[in-house]
Amino acid sequence: MHPAFSVVFFTTATGAGYGLLALLGVLAGVGAIPPDFWLGFIGLGLALGLIAAGLLSSTGHLGRPERAWRAFSQWRSSWLSREGVASVVTFVPAGLFGIGWVLLGRTDGWVAIAGLLAAVGAVVTVCTTSMIYASLKPIAQWHSRYTLPGYLIFSAMTGSVLLNALLQGFAVGSNILLAVCLTLLGWGWKLATWRHNDRLEIPTTANTATGLAGGTVRSLEWPHTEENYLLKEMGFRIARKHAAKLRRITQLLAFALPVLLLAIVLALPWQAAAVLSVLAAAAQFAGMLVERWLFFAEAKHTVTLYYGR
Amino acid sequence: MTCLPAHTDKRLGLVIDLDTCVGCQACVTACKEWNTGGHMAPLTDIDPYGGNVDGVWFNRVHSYEHTTEMGGRTVNFPRSCLHCETPACVTVCPTGASYKRASDGIVLIDEDKCIGCKLCSWACPYGAREFDTDVGVMKKCTLCVDRIYNDNLAEEDRVPACVAACPTSARHFGDLGDPTSAVSQLVAERGGVDLMPEMGYHPTNKYLPPRAHTTRAASVPAPALEPVRTEGGFLGWVDRMLSN
Repeated sequence: MHPAFSVVFFTTATGAGYGLLALLGVLAGVGAIPPDFWLGFIGLGLALGLIAAGLLSSTGHLGRPERAWRAFSQWRSSWLSREGVASVVTFVPAGLFGIGWVLLGRTDGWVAIAGLLAAVGAVVTVCTTSMIYASLKPIAQWHSRYTLPGYLIFSAMTGSVLLNALLQGFAVGSNILLAVCLTLLGWGWKLATWRHNDRLEIPTTANTATGLAGGTVRSLEWPHTEENYLLKEMGFRIARKHAAKLRRITQLLAFALPVLLLAIVLALPWQAAAVLSVLAAAAQFAGMLVERWLFFAEAKHTVTLYYGR
Repeated sequence: MTCLPAHTDKRLGLVIDLDTCVGCQACVTACKEWNTGGHMAPLTDIDPYGGNVDGVWFNRVHSYEHTTEMGGRTVNFPRSCLHCETPACVTVCPTGASYKRASDGIVLIDEDKCIGCKLCSWACPYGAREFDTDVGVMKKCTLCVDRIYNDNLAEEDRVPACVAACPTSARHFGDLGDPTSAVSQLVAERGGVDLMPEMGYHPTNKYLPPRAHTTRAASVPAPALEPVRTEGGFLGWVDRMLSN
């Protein structure tokens, strides 16, 4: 599948944004982190900013972005529509939570409830995003039991590493243990997903695609001389050449480096700890962009069978 | 609404005979010619005379080499929308632009509602939908909905353009929901198959596999020619002289 940068950025940014929003909502809601003004202002600003930037970016790959409002109408059948509805609905408790924390300086009572509701909305939205991909039967790498948990884990992982950077930055605590555990979980899940995908036995073949039973079916001639929409969108092949190298880059940036930096942070004074925590979050974000790019580029659509690819 | 109709009165579709298709591309050009002025018009071509030709087509003919223990053969394979009974391309549509008609089962796109998110083309395992980068919306086969009900055409012309154009009658159009229709009987007689049945989309269009190879040698009804009788006389002498 062609990795459109707008969609790669969208899933990475909203994943991190919703993860951060959920963690802020839950941790502030139960009183685990203080209602610090700058933490609330920058933290919620960053979470909602990432979400808004991601959602805006996702409209970048639309042929007719001016009609995007129509996408809220088909929530009864379409996961994409459900994602649109869930993302907009989540802004309501998230906005109330922000007003309570930043303007009124409190995270108890109704503000706590708004925070917990925002967390629920964030989880639901990430689930709907993952189901867009997990529901597509023609793409076996996505239509798998690894997709939905993967989106949730990566969202919590990037959110927790970001939250740690914020907490360290404002010197109001840290959540290194959670960030490291989630990053290790994410690493394990990604390795398991790649292992699963590398051993996939797809029942759809050139035989079932053409209805020609038995023997071998070899593409003799394409219907066209140049690449068409189907091959450009669904027959993307560049990444497969570099897949092994890109997988190593992903593991280094998204998992290994953040874990290493966060382990070093434990032994450092405040300023240095804050700098390394921010670096860990930045490295992980870059690594997740590569991971998401591979998620698309390594996904093989059944239409490529018609082209002998 | 992108929820699917529970029942369609008819199941209009195509039956494509892979035994008789000669891969002449007549259906491809007839489709393009009709539909670039039809319901989903235009079928935009990008850089049509340049080095990076691209454009929207509803019907594409592939050629394959099918090799079994009985031997190998070339199979020409037209590929277009199969107007599935449970099409995922319709249910994934977030705007309601894609729909399946309850009256005849044809899957269509309302171009005025399409936002060009391309998700329907990802959901179709057959590659039936193609994006028009110029207009910014998705396009697909309409089963020539503007021909088959068109009172301005002679009755025999009220079939999809691809069917009308086929010189070997490899394409048949009719109601596959009616077991007594000519197309349903053809499918039953020739063992018509679904493409990618494991996907579970229940395509309406059926493909007739090529007929079995035969081990019988070609029969020769006339006896072999006999050697020419030796001529006598002058011509015989000339023949003998020239044969030396």
